[in-house]
Amino acid sequence: MATATTTDAQKTFDRSKIPTLGPPSKVSLPPIVTRQLSNGLKLMIVEQHEIPVADFILVVGGGGTMDPSSKGGLANLTATMLTEGTTSRTSLQIADQIAYLGVSLAAGSSWDASTLSLHAPTAQLDSALALFAEVALKPAFPQEEFERIRKNRLTDLIQLKDRPTAIASQAYASILYGSEHPYGHSLIGNEGSVNAISVADLKAYYRSNFLPNNATLIIVGDVKPAQIERKINAIFGSWQRGSVTPFTFGAAPKAEATTVYLIDKPGAAQSSFRIGSIGVPRSTKDYFALNVLNTILGGSFTSRLNQNLRETRGYTYGARSAFDMRRSAGPFTASAEIVTAKTDSGLIEFFKELNAIRDTVPAVELNKAKRYLQLGLPGEFETSQQIASQLVPVALYGLPLDYYNNYVQRIDAIGQADVQRVARQYIDPKSLAIVIVGDRKSIEAGLRAVNAGPLSIRDFTGRPISQ
Amino acid sequence: MKKRLLVSLCYLIAGVAAEVRAQSVPKIGFEKYTLPNGLEVILHEDHSTPIVTVNTWYKVGSGDEKPGRTGFAHLFEHVMFMGSQNVGVGVFDKELEAAGGDNNGSTTEDRTNYYENIPSNALPLALWLDADRMGFLLPTMDLAKLDLQRDVVKNERRQSVDNVPYGRADEVILAALYPKTHPYSWSVIGSMTDLSAASLDDVKSFFRTYYAPNNATLTIAGDFDPASTKALVRQYFGDIPRGPALPARPTVAPIVLARDTFIVLEDRVQLPRAFYTWPTVKLFDKDDAALDVLAAVLASDKNSRLYKKLIYEMQVAQSVRASQQSARLASKFEIDVTPKPGQSLMDIDKVVQAEIQRLTSEGITERELARVKNSYKASFINRLASVQGKADILNSYNYMAGTPDYVQQDALRYDRVTRADVQRVARQYLGKPKVVLTVVPEGKTEMMLKANGGVR
Repeated sequence: MATATTTDAQKTFDRSKIPTLGPPSKVSLPPIVTRQLSNGLKLMIVEQHEIPVADFILVVGGGGTMDPSSKGGLANLTATMLTEGTTSRTSLQIADQIAYLGVSLAAGSSWDASTLSLHAPTAQLDSALALFAEVALKPAFPQEEFERIRKNRLTDLIQLKDRPTAIASQAYASILYGSEHPYGHSLIGNEGSVNAISVADLKAYYRSNFLPNNATLIIVGDVKPAQIERKINAIFGSWQRGSVTPFTFGAAPKAEATTVYLIDKPGAAQSSFRIGSIGVPRSTKDYFALNVLNTILGGSFTSRLNQNLRETRGYTYGARSAFDMRRSAGPFTASAEIVTAKTDSGLIEFFKELNAIRDTVPAVELNKAKRYLQLGLPGEFETSQQIASQLVPVALYGLPLDYYNNYVQRIDAIGQADVQRVARQYIDPKSLAIVIVGDRKSIEAGLRAVNAGPLSIRDFTGRPISQ
Repeated sequence: MKKRLLVSLCYLIAGVAAEVRAQSVPKIGFEKYTLPNGLEVILHEDHSTPIVTVNTWYKVGSGDEKPGRTGFAHLFEHVMFMGSQNVGVGVFDKELEAAGGDNNGSTTEDRTNYYENIPSNALPLALWLDADRMGFLLPTMDLAKLDLQRDVVKNERRQSVDNVPYGRADEVILAALYPKTHPYSWSVIGSMTDLSAASLDDVKSFFRTYYAPNNATLTIAGDFDPASTKALVRQYFGDIPRGPALPARPTVAPIVLARDTFIVLEDRVQLPRAFYTWPTVKLFDKDDAALDVLAAVLASDKNSRLYKKLIYEMQVAQSVRASQQSARLASKFEIDVTPKPGQSLMDIDKVVQAEIQRLTSEGITERELARVKNSYKASFINRLASVQGKADILNSYNYMAGTPDYVQQDALRYDRVTRADVQRVARQYLGKPKVVLTVVPEGKTEMMLKANGGVR
């Protein structure tokens, strides 16, 4: 039946021919209006009047990088505590107001910043902004709420042991960076550091980082710049500026020869792979070349790692890679959850791809990756929430305001030689940390036989244990 | 004490200033028509961003499977990306990515969906790809393609069920809640045994039965020209033949449990977790929205009943969740709670029962109802932010409510819920027998929750 219909159809058009596409729309991203209040708080405003909502992200410099080595998790706990009580509202009153207004208000932290985000229907904007400012500027850090949050965090840390993916990611960071470097710690700390943190630490962290001259407020949505600036000035104008402590990074640890670190998770149905090395900071001049490289290697569904390990061999539900770029050099990581029985074969395929990407890439593959990045850009700027989050790196890393408008050209400029150069420079198969969390008794012999490097047995935190 | 008093005063003032202003849920404009072969087409224009989404719903889900062949609708979702007569293996993803798009699919007990998010100029490409697999999947389908995706799906199951703490709870609950012949008694992902058992003939007959234009709805939302798009849809989909008459859809009797059932499941977890599940009414039934509100009143923000009591005040639990999980044939109301280390589920259970009892006898406050209604209202507006969200809403209402134009009526369901409704559904549904599963750390079956005092 299908054949007959195909014949009929071919009378009018040829189904076997892929449609030719017209030219894509030119990327035109919404203009960003910038303002600065007299206390130094920078504003980035984008108007978008599609639906009656607005998004706000207060980006405050600092973040987990600033955690003292014995107090990992401090920046994160400080952010968590912003919504746990202000000088005029209790934790429960804040939660009640958020739900009553039908808004989202959430605090978080990354390596380089603390963020406070508000998403609100414009009908509730004034009340929502008042709450947002109160939480940002007048947190009380009540002792009893902190003890509750601490107890919660300590239980979270116990529960992490149930999740091989979380164990793998944490052990990988601590093996790559060691315990001296901030990036070797966990953003949420460990049992010892969480117990060592006091309310006084939170207050000190807040005082030295939450300063208007260390912050940008991103505003996107159904607002008018002049009007919203007046509102923001009225509620954030009295925020007192202060001196921002610059942070200096110690040297990253020296790279070691390729080593396999095995962490036992008895009975695990899959082995969690984290493979890579210390990568680059966000300020790298190779940003665009690395973006193209990673798209080809493991940054998209049709990337080499995913095609090989998932679509050709069926070893996994997905394989990927990423350069995590921060103020200082974050990790490059290739990762996948591989079925236990194929752990050794999976390692061989990872190596094949990490070696092969150093050779030149065919033009057709390069062009596919470039078009994926270039043509996909407008889709990242559809909703006010998306636009606001796209502006966070602009605010945080001082990118030019026309950064996204020049993005397509910058990608255009990347050629085969650039991809090959950065692949050889940043991916060295002779110097990789390979962390595998899985059922040791099923996978150890196979891993030894692959002989990718010496095999070291580690505990859940990445520390060596006797074999 | 003084400080507390001051806080309350400020709060009263803030409360007055924070009067919530009414905001209605906007309509979604659309056009719907049906091709002669039965394919429903829904178009929604939105030119604010130069992107378009193509969202195809096939009215088939795991509820249409047969015992022994579970997980098949979802496995089939994967097979649909493995190439068709004019689209080679891997071409689907490669061409879409080269055009700046992404795509995916999802399967539930009731339906399967496929979508492509693309720059506006790539609409013909997406329609070509979707049409080819709707009309011409079988000529190039073979066992190798099936076997490959079978392996991928088994890894998806490992990654989302077997290698995840508490991951197997859901399938144990479904099997206990529904009789073996009930179409919801197995999980969407299926069992390893059944995934292994699927044959190439199963794939072919499944395709011929359900993947026909007369069992599908194609929704296009975003930046497109309606006249030329209709011509493209006619060209690509118009001559795909209508499928045979669809098999009779399952109908099921309401689930009535004779008594509470207590089950224990050992898992590689540090802390136990108890799951309470009650059978409830299906999606859009008159009590469905009130059950949603009840779930939010019990466990959502810090002020919700169980969160406030167990996590905030007593600090005996690490997490608590409640939900009315609505589906086309039947729904379930679920509460799950994880104790903090050293806390007993038997003790926590007494608090859970007491809170439900208190809600049943005293009802909820105006403030609780307002909080939930306002949050729902906001979520209705938020779902309209992206063309992908709007396409999914249109398709979902088209299938589940019989018309794509239902967003405002859906929002009204929540507006109409009263305090008395919430109190009544709590009594009517949570007062009846339930399934109670405890997932315990391996070897610690003594941690399981059993009949506890006043419980049936």
